[in-house]
This record gives sequence, C-alpha cells and structure tokens, in this order.
Amino acid sequence: MSANFGLIVSRILEGLPTTVWATLGGIALTIVLSFAAGLGMLSRLAVVRWVSRFYVEIFRGTSEVVQLFWIFFALPLLVGFQLVPLFAGIVVLGLNHGAYGGEIVRGAVQSVPRAQHEGAIALNLSAANRMVRVILPQAVVEMIPPFNNLFIQLLKSSALLVFISAGEMTEISEQLRPTLGPDLVLVYTVVLVFYLLLAIVITVVMRQLERVGARRLGRVPRERRRVLSRGHAPDSAGGL
Amino acid sequence: MPSHGDHGANAETSSAAAQSDVMISFDNVDKSWGENHVLKKLNFHVKPAEKVSIIGPSGSGKTTILRILMTLENPDEGVVTVDGDELWNVERGRRIRRETKQMKLTRRKIGMVFQQFNLFPHLSALQNVMEAPVRVLGMSKDEAHERAKELLDMVGLGEHLNHKPPKLSGGQQQRVAIARAMAMRPKVMLFDEVTSALDPELVGDVLDVIRDLATSTDMTMLLVTHEMRFAEEISDRVVMFDNGVAVEQGPPHKIFKDPDNDRTRQFLRAVLEH
Repeated sequence: MSANFGLIVSRILEGLPTTVWATLGGIALTIVLSFAAGLGMLSRLAVVRWVSRFYVEIFRGTSEVVQLFWIFFALPLLVGFQLVPLFAGIVVLGLNHGAYGGEIVRGAVQSVPRAQHEGAIALNLSAANRMVRVILPQAVVEMIPPFNNLFIQLLKSSALLVFISAGEMTEISEQLRPTLGPDLVLVYTVVLVFYLLLAIVITVVMRQLERVGARRLGRVPRERRRVLSRGHAPDSAGGL
Repeated sequence: MPSHGDHGANAETSSAAAQSDVMISFDNVDKSWGENHVLKKLNFHVKPAEKVSIIGPSGSGKTTILRILMTLENPDEGVVTVDGDELWNVERGRRIRRETKQMKLTRRKIGMVFQQFNLFPHLSALQNVMEAPVRVLGMSKDEAHERAKELLDMVGLGEHLNHKPPKLSGGQQQRVAIARAMAMRPKVMLFDEVTSALDPELVGDVLDVIRDLATSTDMTMLLVTHEMRFAEEISDRVVMFDNGVAVEQGPPHKIFKDPDNDRTRQFLRAVLEH
C-alpha cells in the first residue's frame, strides 16, 4: 500500500463534512418539496395541480449540472448577489430530487386503497383530516423504499458541487491529482469507498424506518432473507 | 339551517322535520354506470327508526342506494333527503357539486359499515373508534376514550382495545367497524353486506351485535344483505330489488313466505336452496 494512504484519507475526510451537509440539506429540502409537489399534483384546484406539474417537469426534465450553473452563475446576474456554494448546492439538490420525489409521494398516496377514503368519508372526517390522519400515515410507509433510492442518488449527485467549489470530497480528490499522480487509483478508490459507506448509512436508516412503518401498519416486518445462504434453499427440495 | 349542535344524540330536540315521518327519501333518483342502468327513477322512503332490508341479485342497485346516501357516489338525477335536510339535488346534465356545506352537515346524520370493514390499519381498535368523535365532533380525548371503551365492550371486544386491525379476525374487525360508526351517534345506519366477507363461523357474532342495535336503539337502519333469515327476523320491511327497480316490498313474513312477484320468488328459491 502506498505511503500516501494516510494523507489521502485525511485529505478526503476534510471534504466529508461538506458532502454530508449538502446531502442532509438536500434530503431535507427534497422531502419538503416532494410532499408539496406530490400533494399539489393531487389537489382539487387546477391551478395548484398545474403549478406542481410544471415544477416537476422543469426540474426533472433539465440537466442538474445546468440547474446548478444557473443558480450559482446566472442567478447572481439577475439578483445582484451570489449564493454561498454549499447553499446553492443544497438548493439544486433539493429542487432536482424533489421533482422526482413528488412522483413518489403522488404514487404512494394513490396506492392507498379507495376503501380507506370511503371509510374516512363515512366517519365524516374533513378532507384535510382524511389526508393527514388516514391516508398519509399509510402512504408514507410505501414511500420509504423509493425514497431510499432517491436519497442515495442525491448523495452521489452531491459530487456535482465540484463545479462550484463547495469543498466536498470529490473536489478534494481533484485537488490531489496534480501532486499524487502515481496514486490516482488509490485516491479515487478511497473516494468511492466513502460514498459507498455513506450510501450504506442511508440504507440502514431507511430500512429501519421501513420496519417501524410496517409494524405501525400492523404488518409483520419481513424476515431478513439470506439470499446468499449456504447449503440448500428449503424450497429446492422438490427439484426443478 | 334547521338542526345545529346535535351531538345530544337521540334527544328529539330538533326541527319540524324530525317530527315528520320520513327519515330518508329518494325522489326520482337515477343512476347509470355506462350501459348499466342501476337505479331507474327510484322513489323510496324510510320512516324514522324503521329497519329496512334490501335484497336482490347482485348488480341490482342495492349497494348503490347506500353509497349514494353516504355520498360515495352521486346520483345522475334526483333528490335525496335525510331527516328533512337535502343531501343531493341533481338535475340531469348539470355539474354535480360534491361536498357542499349542506351535504357535509346532512351527512353527519349517517353512518356506514362496509363489507370489507375499511378499518384504519395504522390505528388500534380504540383509536379507530375515537378518531372521528375527536376530530369531527370535537369531543375531548378522555371522553372519546371512555365512549370508545364502552362501545368496544358492547360489541364484545373489551379485551382487544389496543390491537391493530390486521391482528384481529374478520368478525372482530367488523365489530370494531360497527362500534366506530356508532361512536358518531348517527340517526341513520347503513350496513352494506357486512357479513359477506366473513368466514361462516364468524357471522353469528356480527349479526348478534346488529340485532342488539336493531332492538335497543331507535336508529333508522338500512341493510343490504344476503342473510335472508336475519333480514326476516329484524326487519320492519323488506325491499326486493331487481334491475334498478324495487319490484316488491312489504313486511318480512309476506316477502319471504308469500311473495307476489315472480322475480322475488325465483330469487328467494335460488338463495334459500343453498
């Protein structure tokens, strides 16, 4: 192993907090925008539906990198000041992934059986109570697995912040390139491993939420299945 | 607007309409699903405290009557009133206005129990029963809790207050659903084939609860059912539906023992042979 391993890891660690903050901030904004857009697309008011749909299509249908450039380089020309790089990054990560999340929220809300709406109407719950007390608590559980995917994508997208010099991990690895030429394999492998570890953290948290959610709905959380178990799978006994 | 603040349950304090002898009225109510004409200019009236069973082959529009009353479907045309207050007033071709203020007020007088229970799976039995009194009637949590316990005791589920619906049997879930609907103290209660989804050995407990309600309360009850013996036992009146029309109605002994209409005879023969 290269003598520079310690140096590489310690430099990349310098970028870790920015990556983590950009990701957490982006996730927070994504959640807010996902619910706003997802519920907006289901609104009874055509204007609200239209605005929500417009937002989703714009931010899902244009390049995330260009969105970043737009907010960081173009917006200052219009408003006269420039956002702090980390903040601009969070805004773009949130806006972009919120557009995808809007579809997750919409789909999950629509997946709650009609019978649940009808049960709630029969109790004379108001439209707001029906959504907040009956539909959303069930829909949220369905949203967790797709949000897990989305959050991991957001984590990886945070590498785009290299373009606006926010000081996150990928940017640090770029800074190491001129001086550590011979060790580039190691440099980029270390960065990849850091992203992987962060993605695993996200997955562990989301899996836990999934279990809690399943239990709240009175479902038995699925047993951990060992896909790569040793020996024979029980159902292989019957042959092909 | 006539009745206001009527959580005083069965207290007969309200308007002139309450003294009239019509609790539910359908006047010229029409409903189609595409080609399928499920209600044909229906005129149908139910008296206060009357227990009416609706029987007939599936697809004959029985359930649609209940669903229109619960505002889960709209009529294409016609007027529906409950306890003197308008629930629907639809002219053909006019835009149908859902959830008007008037409708929401009138709807409070009605409760419904569904074939598939429709309990909220994320709430315990107790919370299922407490939810609407707290959110809709503005009852304090303590009071709602007390009432919910009493109601669940009454339906024989005093031991299962904190169970979530998926942990209960079908029969138990249906009894929670009845308690939940009762918690809103409706004047009119609708039962939509409430035993059809149950295993046979669980039907009895649910019917016992409904029988108790029928004999011990002055709620107006409308039941769509395939339990002919039960309908005969508890109903004041039985209505036979076929093809969107009430082909025959009368006291249960008449309908079940000596029907006039051929369709009624055929239908009863077909169901009772099983």
